[in-house]
Amino acid sequence: MTRYAKPLLAVVFVVLLATPFLMRHFGPRAPVTATNGDPLARYGFALTEVAKGAGIYFQHEGPTLDPKLNHIMPQVASMGAAVSIVDVDADGHNDLYVVNSREGSFNRLYRNRGDGTFEEIAERLGLADLNQPETGVSMGAVWGDYDNDGYEDLLLHRWGKPELFHNDAGTSFARATDVAGLPPWANINTAIWLDYDKDGRLDLFMGGYFSEALNLWKLADTKIMPESFEYANNGGRKYLYRNLGGGRFEEVSDSVGLSSRRWALAAVAADLRGTGYPDLFIANDYGVSELFVNEGGRYREVGRESGVGYAPKSGMNASVGDVLNQGKFAIYVSNISEEGILLQGNNLWMPTGGTPKLPTYENLARSMGVDLGGWSFGAQFGDLNNDGFLDLYLVNGYVSASRNESYWYDYSKVAGGHEVVISDAKNWPAMGTRSLAGYQQKKVWLNDGAGRFIDVAQMVGASDRYDGRSVALGDFSGQGTLDVVVANQRGPLLFYRNEVAPGRRWIAFSLEGGCTASSAAGTCSNRSAIGAQVEVFWNGQRQIQEVSGGSGFCSQNQRRLHFGLGADAKVDRVVVRWPSGKRSELTGPEVNRAHIVKEPV
Amino acid sequence: MSGARPRLQFDKRYLAPILVTMVLVVGQITFGFLESWGKTMLAIAAAIAIELVLGKLFTGKLPHLASAYISGISIGMLVRSPEIWPYALCSAISISSKYLIRVDGRHLWNPSNLGIVAMLVLAADTVAGLSVQWGNTLLPMVTVWLFGAVIINALGRFHITLTYVVSFLAFAAVRAAVTGHPLIAEAAPITGPMYQLYIFFMITDPKTTVRTKQGQMLTVVVVAAVEAALRLMQFVHAPYYALFIVGPIANLIEIANDRKKRAQAVAAA
Repeated sequence: MTRYAKPLLAVVFVVLLATPFLMRHFGPRAPVTATNGDPLARYGFALTEVAKGAGIYFQHEGPTLDPKLNHIMPQVASMGAAVSIVDVDADGHNDLYVVNSREGSFNRLYRNRGDGTFEEIAERLGLADLNQPETGVSMGAVWGDYDNDGYEDLLLHRWGKPELFHNDAGTSFARATDVAGLPPWANINTAIWLDYDKDGRLDLFMGGYFSEALNLWKLADTKIMPESFEYANNGGRKYLYRNLGGGRFEEVSDSVGLSSRRWALAAVAADLRGTGYPDLFIANDYGVSELFVNEGGRYREVGRESGVGYAPKSGMNASVGDVLNQGKFAIYVSNISEEGILLQGNNLWMPTGGTPKLPTYENLARSMGVDLGGWSFGAQFGDLNNDGFLDLYLVNGYVSASRNESYWYDYSKVAGGHEVVISDAKNWPAMGTRSLAGYQQKKVWLNDGAGRFIDVAQMVGASDRYDGRSVALGDFSGQGTLDVVVANQRGPLLFYRNEVAPGRRWIAFSLEGGCTASSAAGTCSNRSAIGAQVEVFWNGQRQIQEVSGGSGFCSQNQRRLHFGLGADAKVDRVVVRWPSGKRSELTGPEVNRAHIVKEPV
Repeated sequence: MSGARPRLQFDKRYLAPILVTMVLVVGQITFGFLESWGKTMLAIAAAIAIELVLGKLFTGKLPHLASAYISGISIGMLVRSPEIWPYALCSAISISSKYLIRVDGRHLWNPSNLGIVAMLVLAADTVAGLSVQWGNTLLPMVTVWLFGAVIINALGRFHITLTYVVSFLAFAAVRAAVTGHPLIAEAAPITGPMYQLYIFFMITDPKTTVRTKQGQMLTVVVVAAVEAALRLMQFVHAPYYALFIVGPIANLIEIANDRKKRAQAVAAA
């Protein structure tokens, strides 16, 4: 042994121990420090929470389920805050529908007056008093014009009985559940509208969380929990309701290949492979995500082969965005990350090619800086600063109660246990007033367009610490800025008005499919244009977006597609691909305005 | 010297590496429980490379690599991180500690235990412990337990594992009585794969356990007791911390006794 070997090793050892500190403070992921600078000048936008000033007074309240679950009630009754954006009366202004979950509580529909304020009209339209133990309580709502009459209809999904309401010209709603043939009871946590068979009529997908056999208010026993933290297959079933026209639907999930009993929390449909048919991505809690490719109206699950269904996590969000302006969709899934305890990391599934039959993905969340978001829930892509690149807004936080006591230890103790332990709620230690991943900082990840996102939430004004569930983006002022609406569990609805720095250009498209109430099936696109893709080409760049029938976590963005363009931008051309297969093209459209594009008939 | 041909003998030092490899293969093939093959391979490669360099540097000869392999593969399975560098760093800390922290020629900490504790404490923002399960069936767990028991028994160290398991369950009952939580909840962690690695490889490590059978059993009883105390204080990584605390103390007591005996022998001579 040389004389200096041991002292040298001691020095090396100290350096090794110091490496995590050095990586944290000087590595590529060193945090962006807050500055006193003007966020408009530094980041190009600023958010201001204005809910009350705009006339939005909404406080979410959680359900109270069977008393057998009392000892872990905050953990079980931890969802239900949800928001969706809809133009309910087709007046060109985005309105807001927000659901509540306490038995007896009211859902709210805030109509946009167009002057920066809202009026509450849910009670008047019969969409408020929808949460009772007999019917179950709301978990979310998605809007789609299922009869192509020009008005967006409402699918309300609950832990309980899902309901379909027909929109009668924006002035009233009629219950259409029974004619539609929706299930009498299902514990649904995700629902989306899509036209899976391209017949011009919107179909409906619903994903169960708890088994539909469970009435959470009348439990026979406490064996209701997932059988595994990572490999659970005892969740709710999936439903695909094919629209037959005339308000009638047919449940076809088994016959088209949508059989799964994973615990679904989020789903998004998009044409990921350029086939013209919407593929279906499902983010599951307690297990792997599932990717169902649509092969001419039949689904085939390719999660494992494509790369997205390999590592089991706690999927709670599914949203798509062309994050690198490549004309291809990435998929964002939120999971759980808690320092030193559980670092699942969120997934940003970037397309890596594959074949039309089998798309492949690679998780680049870590390298792109969008992996650690706490106990993450809803997330949405949108160009918040109109610089031409999609940013990402993420809400998080599970149960914020005591600021000093945490349930993490007991949670991890049981979650790591065997099926016989984890699946029975009576084995779970009492939660009391302890928090579980509470009071978390939200993430507003700004896309630099070169493959990196930086979190600017605290600097641009997204500083709340509520237990965020659902986030939706929409331009409520018509000024070309994406505002942010956040539904918080047992918290207020937040409305962040977005101010974008001057000089940044934008363009938006409101699409209308060619189908009408009397159209024959298969001749045109659904009136809501759900599934239509718009690709904008400008300044040597391109970006694709798709009209969605629901994305994120229990949420729905505005129907209109918004593209930021950056400074001094001119749009060369715009290509619209309709679900029917038709194609529209706009050359040199005017920027800084929203264009209405109707499907050619 | 007899004229008989030497019989082909199996080197028992390969038994533990075979078992830990089996845990890896069963876990990965049945449930895919690794962060990635690449990260695990990196941990193994780093551990072996550093062992080769330091072994040659400090002893003048190439060391047997079974120990480094077990450390590397354990780190590759037990460390959960979205980053790559913690796997190499944890192996580097683990193997380096064997050569740096020695008293009377013995190293005090189980290398991978020290490395993992260092990472959990110093890099909590980047590193967590293994928390996945053996799926929804008992079969993989029972398989590992049976093979583990046979192999560890062949190495003459099953009494350590058994003592620890019995102690854990006994203290689980105590914790259940103290907290009022269901006994099954308190016993739940030992059904996970993390504990299979812990009870078959960490607490039985021949190089970092005391020599006598009674001493070994007493040590793991104390480890289980300290773990129970830490669990009552809600430390998620209580087993790692307990071994980190108790292991070197037990070794130091034995080293002190050895010194005392040597001094007495010298005085008597």
